[in-house]
Amino acid sequence: MSEFLYLYRGGERDSSPEQAQQTMQKWMKWLTDLGQKGHVKDQGQPLERTGKLVQGSKKTVTDGPFAEAKDVVGGYTLIEARDLDQAVDLSKGCPIFEFGGAVEVRPVMKLSM
Amino acid sequence: MVAVLTRIFGVQNLALAEDVVQDAFCRALEVWRMRGMPDNPAAWLMTTAKNCALDALRRERTARTFEPELSRFLQSEWTLAPAVEELFSPNAIKDDLLRMMFSCCHPRLKEEAQVALMLNILCGFSVDEVAGAFVSSHAAIEKRIARSKKVLASSKKLFDVGAAAEFSQRLPAVQRALYLLFNEGYHGASPETAVRADVCREAMRLTAVLLEHIAGRTPSTYALAALMALHAARLPARVDAAGNLQPLIDQDRSQWDAQLIAEGQRLLDLSASGPELSEYHVEAAIAWVHATAHRAEETNWAEIVKLYDMLIEIRPSPVVALNRAIALAQRDGAHRGLDEIRAIAGAEALAKYPFYHAALGELELRSGRQETARSHFEAAVGCARNPMERRFLQQRVHSCKGSPQSESA
Repeated sequence: MSEFLYLYRGGERDSSPEQAQQTMQKWMKWLTDLGQKGHVKDQGQPLERTGKLVQGSKKTVTDGPFAEAKDVVGGYTLIEARDLDQAVDLSKGCPIFEFGGAVEVRPVMKLSM
Repeated sequence: MVAVLTRIFGVQNLALAEDVVQDAFCRALEVWRMRGMPDNPAAWLMTTAKNCALDALRRERTARTFEPELSRFLQSEWTLAPAVEELFSPNAIKDDLLRMMFSCCHPRLKEEAQVALMLNILCGFSVDEVAGAFVSSHAAIEKRIARSKKVLASSKKLFDVGAAAEFSQRLPAVQRALYLLFNEGYHGASPETAVRADVCREAMRLTAVLLEHIAGRTPSTYALAALMALHAARLPARVDAAGNLQPLIDQDRSQWDAQLIAEGQRLLDLSASGPELSEYHVEAAIAWVHATAHRAEETNWAEIVKLYDMLIEIRPSPVVALNRAIALAQRDGAHRGLDEIRAIAGAEALAKYPFYHAALGELELRSGRQETARSHFEAAVGCARNPMERRFLQQRVHSCKGSPQSESA
């Protein structure tokens, strides 16, 4: 088993509390199913859309968002899968696709010493 | 509420669960004082408790370990809110009550400690109220509850109601605790009132939760529920308008709750499936004979004596023997009852029980021995546990002085 990071990008945020609740239920269901199959290493956390960006040798601080809205990382989950193909396959159940978002699947690099 | 929160936080964090409930009540009171009572205070309180729980989970996430099977969902914001939402759903709450009920009946706790714990955690009674229900001092009850909670918290895990073998093993203890809880309300020794209808209602509510569980729905649980319904049906007549205790014989039977009697009968029918004959079956049957006699004179005392004979076999106790003797007196006359009372083994245990002396007085009075009767009633007054009992027994003392006709006064 290898580890992969799902980065959730873009996707519209819900307008009403009822919608938000429904969306949360969907995420809950998805992560629970994945967890029961033994694929979830760490559920991770959702992230706020705004924040600060610190960059450059002068460590300049600027306000977010940092990129176009559709590219903003909205959260992450650490999962376990046989290989990249399976990790990609598993990501297809993510509710983010209903909201026009994307899942970026990134293998965790294994550093050999 | 504490039951739900303990499920979420884990039993080792029982105190945190109680703090959160406290917090929720304080917040609610604050807001209600400003904006007035909401239309649905209970729902409002639930929502507030839910939010307080979320706050506590976020705050304590790194410092504590919560309920092991849930912690994965509680660690991540992805699932935290929906998981808590689900745990507060009506069905989950019922499961939590059941889980907590069984956890309270921990084998390392004495029966009275189990009942005190149930009153405190599941029925939300304060230490003072529990002390009131048990005629005990605040300090003694506080110590008893604190010690019991420590036992509970050290068990690390709430009782697993899904484990069939453990469930049926602990079921009798749970039934017994519920029975004692109901009794505490019905015959309770509370200093202010002789009847604590609220305690009875709580016992009935918890028994109903037990009946909803597939493994809790045994013939004896049905019998227990029947027993409670049939006794509760008589509650409205047990104390008259002036606040005086009314003995069964003198009660205004039109005040008995016909709906509860019907419910008791239904439950009793349901309890009769299988070979098991528990003490609850017999006691429910006795209550049923009383409940279905429209007038005191119509009571089938022969049947009641027979049932007490059975009860003595199943669970012998001086109080049961006393009740059997009273039934015998009704069937065969006062002298027979007196003989039986004098023959009770372990009558010393009854020396402080006011109705032991009252029964002796009643039967002596019926045999025409005014003087002896009065001294028994006076002894009974000396044992009275609340003003209501005292007033009732005082009246009996007075009835001895005059002519035999004033007996019914």
